[in-house]
Amino acid sequence: MSGTTQSSIRAFWAVLGRDVFVTGREMPSFLAQVLVQPVALLFIFGKVLGQLGYTQPGYAQILLPGMIALNSFLVALQNTSFPLVLDFSFSREIEDRLLAPLPITWVAVEKMLFGALRGLFAALLMFPIGLLMLGNVAWDLSGLPFAVLCMVLGSLVGGTVGLTVGAAVPPRRINIMFAVILAPLIFTGASQFPWAQLDQLRWFQIVCAFNPLTYVSEGMRGALLPDVPHMAPWVCLLALLGACVIFGALGIKFFLRRALD
Amino acid sequence: MARRVAGEHHRGHNRDDEFLPGGRVTAAVEVADLVKHYPKSTHNAVDGLSFRVERGEIFGLLGPNGAGKTTTVGILTTRIVLTAGTATIGGVDVARDPVAARSKVAVVPQRVNLDRSLNARQNLLFHASYHGIGRSERRALATRLMERMGLADKSKARIDDLSGGQAQRLMIARALIHRPEVLFLDEPSTGLDPQARLFVHDRVNDLRSEGVTVVLTTHDMEEAEKLSDRVGVVDHGRMLTVDTPTALIRSLPGSGTIDARVRPNGFDSEKVTGLLSDIPGVQRVETPGGSDAPEEAAPETELRLYVDCEPGSLLGPVAAKLHDNDITVSDLSLGSASLEDVFIELTGRDLR
Ligand SMILES: Nc1ncnc2c1ncn2[C@@H]1O[C@H](COP(=O)(O)OP(=O)(O)OP(=O)(O)O)[C@@H](O)[C@H]1O
Ligand SMILES: [Mg+2]
Repeated sequence: MSGTTQSSIRAFWAVLGRDVFVTGREMPSFLAQVLVQPVALLFIFGKVLGQLGYTQPGYAQILLPGMIALNSFLVALQNTSFPLVLDFSFSREIEDRLLAPLPITWVAVEKMLFGALRGLFAALLMFPIGLLMLGNVAWDLSGLPFAVLCMVLGSLVGGTVGLTVGAAVPPRRINIMFAVILAPLIFTGASQFPWAQLDQLRWFQIVCAFNPLTYVSEGMRGALLPDVPHMAPWVCLLALLGACVIFGALGIKFFLRRALD
Repeated sequence: MARRVAGEHHRGHNRDDEFLPGGRVTAAVEVADLVKHYPKSTHNAVDGLSFRVERGEIFGLLGPNGAGKTTTVGILTTRIVLTAGTATIGGVDVARDPVAARSKVAVVPQRVNLDRSLNARQNLLFHASYHGIGRSERRALATRLMERMGLADKSKARIDDLSGGQAQRLMIARALIHRPEVLFLDEPSTGLDPQARLFVHDRVNDLRSEGVTVVLTTHDMEEAEKLSDRVGVVDHGRMLTVDTPTALIRSLPGSGTIDARVRPNGFDSEKVTGLLSDIPGVQRVETPGGSDAPEEAAPETELRLYVDCEPGSLLGPVAAKLHDNDITVSDLSLGSASLEDVFIELTGRDLR
């Protein structure tokens, strides 16, 4: 290994270490950002509506894997894109890292990876919370490894989409980012409904197929609740890997364009 | 001002890799025919720039707003991708091997870009860790640099709580912590008070004695003249001239000056200017204070005569001419042109 590669690897870990350090210090606000929304969704749709009799028994079971998927994908996306938009704005805080002795591409990968780690962490937190809130879950535990694989891939895709969005959105547009990007992603990701049962609503089913989150939700739900109609696991896997490659490449391209004049 | 001789530049820097096969010493910075064209721009921001900075030298890049100084620094620090030409740092091509180049350079940018999520000391520590400096070493270095930059009591300060001058000093400390071969200072003293400016100047002079190569950009002539071994004047992305400040001033036509303070006694200042311009040896006459003040308010006018011979020999003729016209002289003194005169002579008076 050449000296430059070695120092690049060292720099990569140092840059990742900086993000871990900063997150560690901001833990309470990070937890709030990560947990309030899915816990509220789970509570209203899984608990309140169920007890009032507006949802069928068992809906909460369908919802929980979807909420875990949602957290893995969306938290990764938000935690990559928002800081990036700010980093590239007037503060130019990221410059110190762009001037560190490692390829700019690696800095992009680090941003993505770190966002994915936060997404993964947020998704993992949903397991105990869901169990606690819903009391009993009837999961097929043999599907757990595949569900975890989908969750990991979901975080990675979230990171790559976050990199793409964060590097493409100019700082003054950050406030419309939520309305035009995040909200649609939340509701077209099959996390609140099984995608395979949408055949009565064909156009919506097609729309959902363009959202990577759909494949995370379907993959996880299919693995944990095999009795619920679901997408074939290999389709989910392929779609997630494909999305990873496409958005990863796109994100790095946009990042390079923003990082270098 | 005393200038160092070239031989001194290489003190403590005699590693083998500094010599090219031809026996020529590798320059700290070498820029050849550099061109930068920003997308969607009508002209080149840098347009065929060439210069060379020797090791240990302090080089001033001087030029009006928009001349391309920051762009040049950006290219040399790998933040901006060049369009054509070559730029090397200690023999490393910044376009071909930016990662290696980044470990050789450090930059104090024109605008604050400190990491706001970290406090002052952490900014130094993490920067050092990006550059692979071990934990105990970077702690010791951070402490030493904070002290040296007069920031010892600010180590826990948040970035937003630092004054402009403190942020500037912290950026210099951050730049120095990974022991760069070449330090780029983009307008190091803009926005600083005189104390802070002097402090920064002293630190730059410290670097000189440590053998660090410094490239600084500025439009403060006094600063360029005071700090730089050599100065390059840039305009419209081109190098107009490179030389020591003394040589540049000497090369200026009409480089000697005579300053006169006169009471025109009814003459308008244009008339006086005309009279003095007729004296053989006087190149041109200017009113540095500006002649637009009403005569009544400013009964005395200050004039600066640019002469192309030994200014002392013209004192007599000037005094005689003024006396003959009943113009009262209250002060007559010899001056010499400054770098500002060179700058204006080369780049003109137009606003950018
Ligand atoms: N990111 C950019 N995109 C497009 N044009 C740019 C960009 N940055 C600089 N320019 C243009 O390039 C030219 C050179 O700018 P540069 O910042 O290098 O000048 P400068 O010498 O540093 O000026 P100043 O003394 O004002 O700092 C200017 O005409 C500027 O408008
Ligand atoms: Mg500039």
